[in-house]
Amino acid sequence: MGEGLTRAAARNIFYGGSIFFFVVFAALVLHSHWYAINRSTDAAGLTEAVARGKHVWERNSCINCHSLLGEGAYFAPEVGNVWIRYGGRDDPQAAREALKAWIQSMPTGIPGRRQMPRFELTDQEHDDLASFLEWVSKIDTQGWPPNEAG
Amino acid sequence: MRYASQKIAYWYFVCALALFLAQVLFGVLAGTVYVLPNFLSELVPFHILRMIHTNALIVWLLLGFFGATYYLLPEEAEREIHSMRLAQVQLVLFVGAAALAVVGYLFRIHEGREFLEQPLPLKIAIAAAVLIFLYNVSMTVLKGRKTAVSSVLLLGLWGAGLFFMFAFYNPSNLVLDKIYWWWVVHIWVEGVWELIMAAILAYLLIKVTGVDREVIEKWLYIIVGLSLFSGLLGTGHHYYWIGTPGYWQWIGSIFSTLEILPFFAMVLWAFYLLWRGGRDHPNKAALLWSVGCPTMAFFGAGVWGFMHTLHGVNYYSHGTQVTAAHAHLAFYGAYVMLNLAIITYAMPSLRGLMPYNQVLNMWSFWVMTSAVSFMTFTLTFAGVVQTHMQRVVGGYSYMEVQDQLGLFYWLRLGAGVVTAIGAAVFVYAVLGPVREQLTTVKGAERLAPAE
Repeated sequence: MGEGLTRAAARNIFYGGSIFFFVVFAALVLHSHWYAINRSTDAAGLTEAVARGKHVWERNSCINCHSLLGEGAYFAPEVGNVWIRYGGRDDPQAAREALKAWIQSMPTGIPGRRQMPRFELTDQEHDDLASFLEWVSKIDTQGWPPNEAG
Repeated sequence: MRYASQKIAYWYFVCALALFLAQVLFGVLAGTVYVLPNFLSELVPFHILRMIHTNALIVWLLLGFFGATYYLLPEEAEREIHSMRLAQVQLVLFVGAAALAVVGYLFRIHEGREFLEQPLPLKIAIAAAVLIFLYNVSMTVLKGRKTAVSSVLLLGLWGAGLFFMFAFYNPSNLVLDKIYWWWVVHIWVEGVWELIMAAILAYLLIKVTGVDREVIEKWLYIIVGLSLFSGLLGTGHHYYWIGTPGYWQWIGSIFSTLEILPFFAMVLWAFYLLWRGGRDHPNKAALLWSVGCPTMAFFGAGVWGFMHTLHGVNYYSHGTQVTAAHAHLAFYGAYVMLNLAIITYAMPSLRGLMPYNQVLNMWSFWVMTSAVSFMTFTLTFAGVVQTHMQRVVGGYSYMEVQDQLGLFYWLRLGAGVVTAIGAAVFVYAVLGPVREQLTTVKGAERLAPAE
């Protein structure tokens, strides 16, 4: 098979082609980087609170149960649009309070129901996390998820 | 074993197998929580179980790659490893950092990006261990014979090390975070790790089939070419819905579909060489793993990957159990089986034995391969039902849908338990007492291929 091709030629195709495709890939990612800052996210709205909220999200490893824009574990609901599910578009203050109340009422301890652990967050952390989730809900995700269930 | 320094591979393989057992154990525990949600929920909650499950997997696969490299490189380069001392330091540093990370997770000490949860000091220790490794193996190759196997292997290992650097970049803008997070995760498993896999497989095929190196190495370049030509732009299939431009839907769909080609080529390669070689290598178990690996990788990474990679499909299936199904079979077929193949091949000479416990080893092959396949089927069914109810029909909340999937999760747990038994049998077969051993003089040395 492939008798006409020598090992040296196969090697040159491999190195040359890989460099070519990497350059194309890197160029597209650079454009996507620019697009993320200028088009798909609210860069001006990325406040200190949102940045701190992202760290609250990370410190508690929420991603190992939930998914965020479809990435993460698939053990608990998607939260990229949780702000919308909680009616944050119409009443941001009520959504903030509802999210906080939900987190504080965990774990439910109800037998046979998946348990969210207790995370001791300060009022500030609750607020920052809500700001982060609100900011995330405004990312232009090309229309994903298909519906509110996430 | 022709070089004394190959011996270091033994300890890498032992540590890898210990973490392999930890990985499947925590997988079984996490699978139990899916059906008995109150299990361990206060003591070790699900997110910690999963963190240990995924991290132990990554770490043991890397340890296997390190061990494989130390085992095969002296034969390829025709000289001893540059520094045994550095190889020992690297092992202690790497395993120490990994063990500390896992113990820390139990005490909720972790960072929060998926798979990159290791606290910063441990990330730095891991990076240092990898740098020591890269220096050590690069010096070995530079001073010795250069082959296609060692060139491709080294390129893959350097790529893995370099792209890990993106683990240290965590911007506040979530979209940027995700774009570069995939530079570690995707470029590893669907890029440079495929180079490592193909190179180790090439070494194994040279050894067990005895076919001329020139032919095998030409194929090696074709396969890794297909991997990178498709896999780099194939990253686009992760850029559909995370705030990246719409053109990724086309680029990602086309190039990630092509990602099936290197795996298909690997299957053809392995079976063609097996047929052409016609050599009766005594290590039948190693041969079975070497041929099983590309076959299952083709199904797990190739077919199951293609199943949900087109953007029109992925719009509905993204982030469901379909992804979990694909991930399990892809990792098992491509990287777990590869490591078990090289361990099965190398262990007899590392222990100074003729091929031993082969029947037991081959039992573990069939038990594990069947169980992980079954697990993949159950998760696929769960994912299809989930996708249909939650995304296509709609009107159900996430948890309402999950409550419909209990049967599949029970079956998955059963498959997980059988996988763990298969893994234990494998470890017992390679590390345990020698119950049967080939006694003929048909040793691997006599069958060393003409090069």
